[in-house]
Amino acid sequence: MTKRPSVIVIGSGHNGMVCSNYLAMAGYQVDVMEAKESLGGAAGVFEFAKDFRAPGLVNAAYGLNRKIYKDLKLSPQSEKAPKKIDCVALDVKGEHLILTSDGVSGHKISETDIGAYKKFKKEFTSYAKALDPLMTDRPPRLKNMDRKDKKTLARLGWNLRFGLGTDSMREFLRVGGINIYDVLNEYFDSRHLKAALAVDAVMGQHMGPRTPNTVLTYIHRVWAQTHATSELSTGKDILQALYNSADSAGVRFRPNSRVRRVLVEQGRATGVLLESGEEVSASIVVSNADVKTTFLELVGAQNLDAMFCHRIDNIRCEGNVTKIFFAVRALPQFRNLDQKNLRHRLLIAPNQRYVEHAFNHSKYGECSENPVLEITVPSLADPTLAPSGFHVVSVSATYTPRAPKQGWDNLRTVFLGNVLSTIEQYAPGFSENVEASKLLTPADIGVNYNNVGGHWHHGELSLDQSFMMRPVFGASQYDTPIEGLFLCGAGTHPGGGITGVPGHNAANRILEFGGRV
Amino acid sequence: MMRSSSIKAGPDHVDFKEVLAPTPFQDRVDSYSLTQDWASWNGYKTAKTYDTLASEYFAIRSTCGVMDLTPMEKYRVGGPDALHFLNRLVTRDISGLQPNRVTYVVWCNDEGKVLDDGTIFSLGGGEYRLCSQHHQLDWLLISSLGFDVTIEEETHSIAALAVQGPTSYSVLSAAGIQELNGLKPFGMINARVNGIECMVSRTGFTGDLGYEIWIDPSNASAIWDAIFALKEQGLFDIRPTGLGALEMVRIEAGFILPGDDFNTAETAIRADHDRSPYELGLGWLVNLQKCYFTGKRALFAEFARPIRRKLVRLSIEGNKPPKDAFLYDRKGGGRIGTIKSCVWSPILKTNVSMADIEYDKGAPPKQIWAEIYYQKELEWRATWAQCRLSIKPFWVHQRSSATPPQKY
Ligand SMILES: Cc1cc2nc3c(=O)[nH]c(=O)nc-3n(C[C@H](O)[C@H](O)[C@H](O)COP(=O)(O)OP(=O)(O)OC[C@H]3O[C@@H](n4cnc5c(N)ncnc54)[C@H](O)[C@@H]3O)c2cc1C
Repeated sequence: MTKRPSVIVIGSGHNGMVCSNYLAMAGYQVDVMEAKESLGGAAGVFEFAKDFRAPGLVNAAYGLNRKIYKDLKLSPQSEKAPKKIDCVALDVKGEHLILTSDGVSGHKISETDIGAYKKFKKEFTSYAKALDPLMTDRPPRLKNMDRKDKKTLARLGWNLRFGLGTDSMREFLRVGGINIYDVLNEYFDSRHLKAALAVDAVMGQHMGPRTPNTVLTYIHRVWAQTHATSELSTGKDILQALYNSADSAGVRFRPNSRVRRVLVEQGRATGVLLESGEEVSASIVVSNADVKTTFLELVGAQNLDAMFCHRIDNIRCEGNVTKIFFAVRALPQFRNLDQKNLRHRLLIAPNQRYVEHAFNHSKYGECSENPVLEITVPSLADPTLAPSGFHVVSVSATYTPRAPKQGWDNLRTVFLGNVLSTIEQYAPGFSENVEASKLLTPADIGVNYNNVGGHWHHGELSLDQSFMMRPVFGASQYDTPIEGLFLCGAGTHPGGGITGVPGHNAANRILEFGGRV
Repeated sequence: MMRSSSIKAGPDHVDFKEVLAPTPFQDRVDSYSLTQDWASWNGYKTAKTYDTLASEYFAIRSTCGVMDLTPMEKYRVGGPDALHFLNRLVTRDISGLQPNRVTYVVWCNDEGKVLDDGTIFSLGGGEYRLCSQHHQLDWLLISSLGFDVTIEEETHSIAALAVQGPTSYSVLSAAGIQELNGLKPFGMINARVNGIECMVSRTGFTGDLGYEIWIDPSNASAIWDAIFALKEQGLFDIRPTGLGALEMVRIEAGFILPGDDFNTAETAIRADHDRSPYELGLGWLVNLQKCYFTGKRALFAEFARPIRRKLVRLSIEGNKPPKDAFLYDRKGGGRIGTIKSCVWSPILKTNVSMADIEYDKGAPPKQIWAEIYYQKELEWRATWAQCRLSIKPFWVHQRSSATPPQKY
């Protein structure tokens, strides 16, 4: 038997899994080293209270890219999972809005806004489509371009000019760099509707609706959703499908195997040293860990140029979202909300000013007094998460700094109180049904998920940290200054959310270097 | 202690409103200055000349010149990773640097372009002093990420005095330093002069026998006086020397000056206006076999390619000053470079210079001609002068390396 070239993937997050799948399909022997006891990174299931399990940090997966679903011949997992997850913008008085990919409905919504919503979605979906060539390949270098770089740019140029058409292109160039607040004000009257859309632009970022750049983050999310497969909707199903296919392709997963160092000889990665002291050699090492961990801890400054390290060190990756899981005795009763709508993503963000005010706190190292909440009840789609009759409520709450001025010690209870009292306004009696709760601050997420800063995207998705600048100039095409070491995590282009695209792009890049075997 | 870099000014642009910092020798320097001809060196008030350029030049070359070196940027590097940190900083392998030894180094940015040159003194006990031409604190701090080191700027907390020239050994011995006879070039010792503790290194910028004395600023005047007392006694001719004389001897000795002979990587704005060690003729300082250092990857790649240009030493025939002259591959031929700094060498009786020239497929041009513009009675004229590449420094005296040095 000929020996297949070996790859070590550091981390079993969904991007590590996507990358492993492609490489195994191309003939590599892939070993995945995962520090945690469980697989799946931020989307891995874990027990947060006795007999209650949380489906990772993920409320609603952005969506695994369709191409990946097809390339890897994945299969649907659970019957019960909904095909798509809509969004319910909760209202205190019960005048909720329901937002789908192409329409909005609700008691008080005007015909003008309904029309505007269609137009808005259509417009942004067309931007998302135009940008696709840039997203699903390595971002082009602007200096020393190779054929592929030129091709990507040419396709992008073509899409913007001819795909969008003159009017849309002009509009895209106008809004591309500005903030979502202004754009939403131009489109809509309903304050409530505007806020619901703004949340998608800012959730996970150190940005408020008025922060420039928030149109791009919104497009990022729309792009992910537009190109997502509808066969796998939850994070858990996506991971299960990826795991099954990797497993049958011969990928070996090693949980409880924290990598301490990437072994580097003469500027080349030769394998990894595990925390246990074991050395495992490989011809290619791929890191799914965040970028700071990868370079500053695993590779180490002594193997890298000083300015490169400085750039890595300066990546902004302070998380802003706190996760709260509630084990509840009964389904929450939101005022005037049909139970079947609990399967969707429920948002608490009454208007854009509310969101901006919530953000203001975090600018000054405080937690929002009135946080923005995204709530799901994952146990509806996956009853295995809770004992029968019970449920799991998963909340992503923003904004909370990773390192608040006063420290997290006392703030935990204070913030949990803020979250509960906020929910209570919309679903009176919610607190009484809470059996247990678990709060994970960005600091906790950083530690538990081995992700420096605990950021949603392993680093802000700001213009200066996007495309050919993601994660930094000098490592933006998945290969790194260390020969044989590649990046495949959310810290790379095109960023986080459960999409699998960074893992896909990285695998392509590795195959460009190493070829199929 | 960090000093604000706002008091920095280019040597040729001293604004009259700008307050130049005094060095600890300022009293003495001032009282010896007949010309009151000042320049800014890293923000310090520094003498360009004291008396006449010729007398200062010949003091260094024939007797003993004393120069206030305090403005040279000095950094103290300590901590468990100090040696690692320095070895990752510089292109040369300094892992074998012994205590009480000094070594000449350059360091580069990620692209392998030179940021500055300087010397590293191993002070013993894992402590080092890094001296540099330009302010480097920010680069040192950037480079310290991931290393357990302490970096302290000590430009103002250490006073330094160069004592250079054929009689420097005799002068310092007469001043009471007995241990100098065994001190080899690039070595250093701790000594006492009139009871004042000092560190003496056998280092310099002149290509001749010479020493540098490192002391606490509070002892600056006392050391100066102890040395010049020997002159008062009529034992030796000792003269304070300024930046003008230094410029002459350093070109003769073939030492490059970052910022003058080439754009440092930090100041170069346009592509191709920065220089690698290879392009500065400092390839001998680059060790591609040692541990990783900043710029290694880039230099590895550059090493594999034929060199495209080089900073070289050129002597130029005739006596017309070839200042800023363009260089051509033959009389009236294609332009291949420029002269960066030049001086009429009184001791060699020729023009010597540092010049940046293009190489063709890794080889120097077969001929090099300078087109020199000069004035005669207010009338501009042009002439051609042939140039010769000099592999070795133009002038290095064997006494600069003899141990023990001879007494003159
Ligand atoms: C609070 C929060 C809520 C989120 N909600 C959503 C959501 O609702 N929808 C959505 O689509 N996205 C969401 N995200 C984003 C999404 O979770 C991430 O973008 C995604 O998980 C990134 O996947 P990844 O594979 O790149 O990295 P990760 O999932 O972070 O996986 C990286 C893996 O590498 C491992 N690792 C790190 N260092 C080492 C080491 N030294 N040795 C071995 N293993 C190591 C880690 O343990 C981890 O398993 C959320 C993120 C956060 C923080």
